[in-house]
Amino acid sequence: MSSHSESIIREPLITGQAISYSQITEDVCAPVERMPSKAWWIGFSIAVAGLLLWIIAVSYTFWNGIGAWGLNKTVGWAWDITNFVWWVGIGHAGTLISAILLLFRQNWRNSINRSAEAMTIFAVICAASFIVAHMGRPWVAYWPLPLPNQFGSLWVNFNSPLVWDVFAISTYFSVSLVFWYTGLLPDIATIRDRAQGLRKRIYSILSFGWNGSVKTWQRFETVSLILAGVSTPLVLSVHTIVSFDFATSVIPGWHTTIFPPYFVAGAIFSGFAMVLTLLLIARKVLGFENYITMAHIESMNKIIILTGSIVGVAYGTEFFIAWYSGVEYEQYAFINRATGPYWWAYWSMITCNVISPQLFWFKKIRTSVTATWILSIFVNIGMWFERFVIIVTSLHRDYLPSSWAMFYPTWVDVSIFIGSLGLFFTLFLLFLRVLPAIAMAEVKLLLKGSSEQSKRKLIEHGHAALPEGYDGSIEVANAKN
Amino acid sequence: MSKVKYILGHFDDPDVMMSGIDQLQKSNISIEDVFTPFPIHGIENKLGVKRSRLPIAAFCFGITGTITAFVMIYYMLVVDWPMNIGGKPAFAFPDFIPVMFELTVLFAAYGMVFTFFYANHLFPGRAPRVMDLRATNDRFVIAIDASLNDINSVDAVLKEAGAIEIKHNERKYISYDEE
Repeated sequence: MSSHSESIIREPLITGQAISYSQITEDVCAPVERMPSKAWWIGFSIAVAGLLLWIIAVSYTFWNGIGAWGLNKTVGWAWDITNFVWWVGIGHAGTLISAILLLFRQNWRNSINRSAEAMTIFAVICAASFIVAHMGRPWVAYWPLPLPNQFGSLWVNFNSPLVWDVFAISTYFSVSLVFWYTGLLPDIATIRDRAQGLRKRIYSILSFGWNGSVKTWQRFETVSLILAGVSTPLVLSVHTIVSFDFATSVIPGWHTTIFPPYFVAGAIFSGFAMVLTLLLIARKVLGFENYITMAHIESMNKIIILTGSIVGVAYGTEFFIAWYSGVEYEQYAFINRATGPYWWAYWSMITCNVISPQLFWFKKIRTSVTATWILSIFVNIGMWFERFVIIVTSLHRDYLPSSWAMFYPTWVDVSIFIGSLGLFFTLFLLFLRVLPAIAMAEVKLLLKGSSEQSKRKLIEHGHAALPEGYDGSIEVANAKN
Repeated sequence: MSKVKYILGHFDDPDVMMSGIDQLQKSNISIEDVFTPFPIHGIENKLGVKRSRLPIAAFCFGITGTITAFVMIYYMLVVDWPMNIGGKPAFAFPDFIPVMFELTVLFAAYGMVFTFFYANHLFPGRAPRVMDLRATNDRFVIAIDASLNDINSVDAVLKEAGAIEIKHNERKYISYDEE
C-alpha cells in the first residue's frame, strides 16, 4: 500500500526534494509536450540516415538475392543470423525488467520498464527484418507458417526448431506489444487530459477511454500480473528456442546442451547493456535524473556482473566439455576459435564480455555514468562478437579441409547492420517524442514509500535514524546528483 | 430538485482519501466510484468490489491454446501427412511441446487482455467516462451520486475528511468534444 514506508537504508528510488504527484506528471510529459530539442533533431537525423541506408541495402538484397552478401558454400550463415540473434537478445532485457522483476517485486523496475519494453519491441522488429532478409525471397516469407497450400497440403515440419522459432518470435513480439500497450493506457490518458485540440483527440483514441476507476485499476493490475507470469517463461523459451536452432544441429561447436541457459544469460546481459546505453543518454537529455537514479544504474550494473560472469563460465565450460568429450572435431572447433584465423573475434569477445564487466565490482566504476556508458558499449560489441564467433568460426572450417573458407562481408552486409541500428534508433526516438518514456502511474506509486523525501521525513520525524557512522544511501545519493 | 448530479471529493493524498472513504461509509453515504492516478491497494475491499475473474479467463484461454496447438500439429504431422523421417514415429510428442507452449502463452495473453478491454469497454475511440481531468494526474477523486445522498451532509463529511476541493458537477462526465 502507498503508506508503506520502505527502510531508510534502501537507496531511494526517486531523488529530489519537492517531488509531488503533479511534478512527476510534469517531468515525464515534458519531452512529449514541448517541441523537440536540438539534440533530438541531431540524433533523429543520424538515425533516419541509417534507416535510409537500411532501406537501400535491403532493397538491393531483395533485387539481387543474397548473393549480394559475403556468404559462400561453407559459411552459409554469417552476419544475418549474427545480427538476428544479437537483436533478439537485446530485446530480452525489456521483458526481464517488465515481467521477471515485477514478479520479484523489484520496485526499481518501475521507472525503467516503459522504455526497456519499447526497446524490446523495436529490437525484435530489427531481428525479424534479418529473418525475412536472409530468406532471400521475402514474397514467400509465409512458407514457415502452417497454411493449407497447393503442394498437396504438405505441412511445415514441427520437428524443426526453425519452425518453433517462428512461433516463439512471433508470440514474443505479440505478447510484448500487448503488455507494453496495456501498460501505456493510463499514461496516455494522463497526456489526453492535459492536451488540447487535435492532440487531445489523438490521445483520446489511443487511450481507449481509460478513466482510472476502481474496477479498471483492479482488472489492470490482475492483467499486469498475469501477463508478467506468462511472459517470464515466454522470454526464457524464446532464447532457448533460438539456441535450439544451433544446438539441435550436428555442427561441432553448436551441438551442445549448455546452449539454452548460456544464450538466455547472454541475452539478458546484452539487453541490460543496451538499456544502459539508451537510458544514460535519455535521462540526461530528457531530465529524468530524479527518476532514473544512480541506484537504478547500479542495480543494472550488478545484473551485468552476474550475467557477464555466467557467460564467462559458459565459455569455459564449452572448452572443458570439448576436451572431456574426446571428440576431436569438437576439440578442433574450439582450438580453432581461440587460435585460428578468427582469433581476434574470439579474444574481442572475451575482453568485452568476460573481462571488462568485472570492473563493475568496483563501486567507483559502477556508480560512474561515463564509465558505465563506455562499458555498456563494450558489452554490446562483445555480444555481437559472441554470435559471430559461434556462427562463423564453427562453420568456416568444416570436415573437409578442401572446403575451408573465410567470410568477408560485402558493403551490403555492413550497410544492413548499420542500417538496422538506424531503424532501431528512429523508432526509439519517435517513441520518446510521442509517448511517456517513464511509467508515470507506477512511479507515483513509489513516491510515498521509496522516495528520498519520504525517507528524509521519516528521519526528521524521528521514526528512523541512520546508524552512527553510516554513510550509505541518502547522503551518497545526494552527493552523486 | 437541485441540478447537481455528482459530488466529487478531491484528495491530494491516497491515505487521506482512504480514511475519507471510511468516514463517508460511516455516515451512510454511498460511493459511486473512485478515480485515481494509480492503483490503490486495498480499496476494493473497502468498496466491496469483487475479486477479478480475469485469472479464470486467462486459464481458459491458455488451455484452449494448448489444445489448439496439439490438435493442429497432430492433424498435420500424424493424420494428414505422416512423414517417414529415418523410421522414427510420426507422433513425436516432445517436438510438439515448444509450439504448444507458445500458443498457450499467446492465447492466454490476448484472450485475457481482450476480455479486460471488453469488460471495461476499452477500445480505440471510446469517449472517456472521466469525471475530472485531474484524476489522471495528481488527484484522488471520490464520486458520490447527488440524487442518492444529501448534498450538504456529503460536503460536510468530505471537508471533515480532508478533501482539498469539493466539486458539484451538473453532468456526469466531462465532455471531450468541447474545446
